[in-house]
Amino acid sequence: MAQIIIKNVRKEFGDFTAVKESSFTIEDGEFFMLLGPSGCGKTTTLRMIAGLELPTSGEIYLDGEEISQKPPSQRDIAFVFQMFALYPHMNVRKNLSYPLVSQGMGRKDVRAKVDEVAGILGIHDILNKPVGGLSGGDRQRVALGRAIVRDPKAFMMDEPLGALDAEFREHMSEELRALHDRMGATTVYVTHDQLEAMQMGDKIVVMNNAVVEQFGTPQEIYDKPATMFVADFIGSPSMNFLNFNGKVGDGATSVDLGGQSHAVPRQSQGASGDLVFGVRPEHITLSDSGSYRGEVLASEYLGTTQIITLATPNGEAKARIDSTQVARVGEQVSLSFNAPKVTLFDKSSGHALRSELNEKVLSHG
Amino acid sequence: MAEVVLKNLSKSFGSEVGVEDISMTIPDGAFVVLLGPTGAGKTTTLRLISGLETADQGEVWIDGRNVGSETPAQRDVAMVFQQYSLYPHLTVRDNLAFPLKSPILNTPAAEITRKVDEVASVLQISHKLDNKATALSGGEMQRVSIGRALVRDPSIYLMDEPLSSLDAKLRTDLRVELKRIQASLGATLLYVTHDQIEAMTMATHVGVLNEGRLVQFGTPRDIYENPNSLYVASRLGLPRINVLPADVFSGMPPGTSQIGLRPEHIAQGDGQEAEVLRVEHLGDQNRLHLTLKGHAITTIADPTIDYAPGTMLKIAPKNPLCFDPHGNRIR
Repeated sequence: MAQIIIKNVRKEFGDFTAVKESSFTIEDGEFFMLLGPSGCGKTTTLRMIAGLELPTSGEIYLDGEEISQKPPSQRDIAFVFQMFALYPHMNVRKNLSYPLVSQGMGRKDVRAKVDEVAGILGIHDILNKPVGGLSGGDRQRVALGRAIVRDPKAFMMDEPLGALDAEFREHMSEELRALHDRMGATTVYVTHDQLEAMQMGDKIVVMNNAVVEQFGTPQEIYDKPATMFVADFIGSPSMNFLNFNGKVGDGATSVDLGGQSHAVPRQSQGASGDLVFGVRPEHITLSDSGSYRGEVLASEYLGTTQIITLATPNGEAKARIDSTQVARVGEQVSLSFNAPKVTLFDKSSGHALRSELNEKVLSHG
Repeated sequence: MAEVVLKNLSKSFGSEVGVEDISMTIPDGAFVVLLGPTGAGKTTTLRLISGLETADQGEVWIDGRNVGSETPAQRDVAMVFQQYSLYPHLTVRDNLAFPLKSPILNTPAAEITRKVDEVASVLQISHKLDNKATALSGGEMQRVSIGRALVRDPSIYLMDEPLSSLDAKLRTDLRVELKRIQASLGATLLYVTHDQIEAMTMATHVGVLNEGRLVQFGTPRDIYENPNSLYVASRLGLPRINVLPADVFSGMPPGTSQIGLRPEHIAQGDGQEAEVLRVEHLGDQNRLHLTLKGHAITTIADPTIDYAPGTMLKIAPKNPLCFDPHGNRIR
C-alpha cells in the first residue's frame, strides 16, 4: 500500500482544459474523496492516477516512484467502475480468479487467494453461481473482489455506488468503508454526492471548473470553507450567504449587517465593497427579542430538527432549529448567529477572508 | 377544491394485491403524502382516485359525490407524473394553456392568458413562456408540467413522485416552492413518494402504506414520534432507527420483544458500555457507529467531540419505542 502525490498535474483535451495545475497528497491507507459537480475534472484526475489518461504536464508519485507516463499495467492500481463490468459467461469464482490467472499465478495459489477474498466480502456461498442471476449488491461485491484479489497498491473507484438506490447505497457505503478499515488500502474515490464524501472520506478534495478549490478533512472543509463554492457545495441545506456592502478592517471582531453590529471571528485581512456573511443553518438561533429580524417564509419538519426559511434584510436564509421550537409562517422573529463559526467572503472573488477561524486551514491549502 | 374520501378501497391485478381495504379522508386544503417502498400500493391508490384504474371493491368520494361511474375527465382531477410529458412542438405558453383549451372547460382566451401568466409567475418561468418546451432544463420542464396541473382549478391535484428525477439541489428548492404554492392556493393535494424527507417536510398528513394496506395516517410529527408499528418507525428518520432485542437494556415493559431507538434518543455517559467503531463527520453533527453486545447502533454526537475508534462509551436509551413480537407498538 502506498502514498500518492499529485504535483502540478494538468490535463488538456485539445483546447479544453479538464484539470488545471493541481497538487495534493494522498497518505498511505487513506480513504480519499475527489468531490465536485459533473465536469469539474474529478474523474479525469482519477484516470490520470490510474494511467487511463496521461497528464499534459505535472508529476504523479506512487510509493515514491514517478509514474505519470507509465502504462496502467505497470502501476499496480485496481480500478472499480460505476458500472460493474463482470464477465457474464463466467461464474463468480472464475470472475474473481481471472486477474490472477492472467498474471500467471499457480492454480493452488489462485484458489487460496479467491477464498480469502470471498471471506472478506462474505460471498463464499455464491462462488459457484453464474454472475447473471446475482442481485445488484452481490454484483458490486464481486466487482470489488476482482479489484482486491490482486493486492494492488491502491484502489481507484469512480462513483461505485452511483447506480444504486438510496437505501441500498447507504448500506453499501458502510460496507465499503468497513472493508477499507479492515484492509487499510489507499483508496481514491470519485463522487458528486457531498454527503457520501463527508460520510466515507478521511480527506476530501473539492474540485470545480478544473481547479482544486479546497483540500482537507471533512470537518475542516465544512467549518472553514476556503471559497463560496465549497461553502455552498458542502452541507444540506448549504451555508447561508447574507450579502452586505461595507468595510472590514484588519483585526475587526464585528461587522455591520442591516444596520446591526454582528460579532465575527477576529479578521486578519481587511476588505471592502460587496461582501458576504456566511453562516451555516445550525449556527442561527431564533428568538422573539433582538433587533436583527426576519420573516418566516416556510418551515420543514425533519423529526428532531426543522428547517426554517427566513427573509432577512440581507437575503433569504435557512436555519436549522429544534423541532420543539414554534415558528409560524408569516411571523417576525429575530436572528442571532454563532459568531465563532462565521466566515466572511469577498463576493467578487468568492474567496473567504482570513480570520482566526480559518487562518491555519487557508495557509496550507 | 374538495374533500376526497376513500372507503374500503381494494384492487388486485390477477393474484397481485394492489391495494387492500384502504379507507382514508383527505381533508379539503390538505397536503397528504402517501409514503411507502416500491410495490406498497401508492401509485395504484392515486390511479384509483383519478379513474385510471377501476376499484374491485370500495368507493371514491370527491366533493360529496361517489365518482365510481365517472370518467377521469368528469372527476376533475389534475395529475402530475414523474416523467414530465410536455408537448415538444409547443411553446411553454401553449403547453400551459393546453388543458384550459379542452372542450369540457371551454375557457375564454383572455382568461387563459391571465391564468397562464399567473401560474408562470408563481413557478418563476415567466421569462421562458415563449421557449419551445424542449429548450428547457430538466427542472424547468418539471415546473411546466406542474404548472399545467396548476392552471386548472381541479377538485384535487394528484402527484406521482414529481421531484424524483431532479437533482438534489433543485429538489430541495422545489419542495419549499410546492408547499408554498399549495398553501397559497388552499389546494387539496395527494402526493406519492418513497422519499421520507419529502413526506416529512411537505405533508400536513402522511399515510404510510405497506403491502397495499394503509398502516398509519397522521401528521408527520405524529408518525415520527408516535409510530404504531416497527414498520412505520423504520420508514422515517435518518439515520435509520436502531432496532434491538428488548434485553439489551433493562427496564422495558413486559411483552416487549424489540425496542426501537432513534439515533438522537440515546443518552451518552451513563448505562451500558458500547465500543465506538467509526465516526462519520457530517459537519453539523458526527455520526457514531457503535457496537454493543454484538449489535450495531448508530447515534449522533456533537461535532466538537471526537471519539477515536475503540473508545468505550456508556449509552442508555432515552424514550425507547417498545414493540411486541409482531412488531406492534406497546404503549
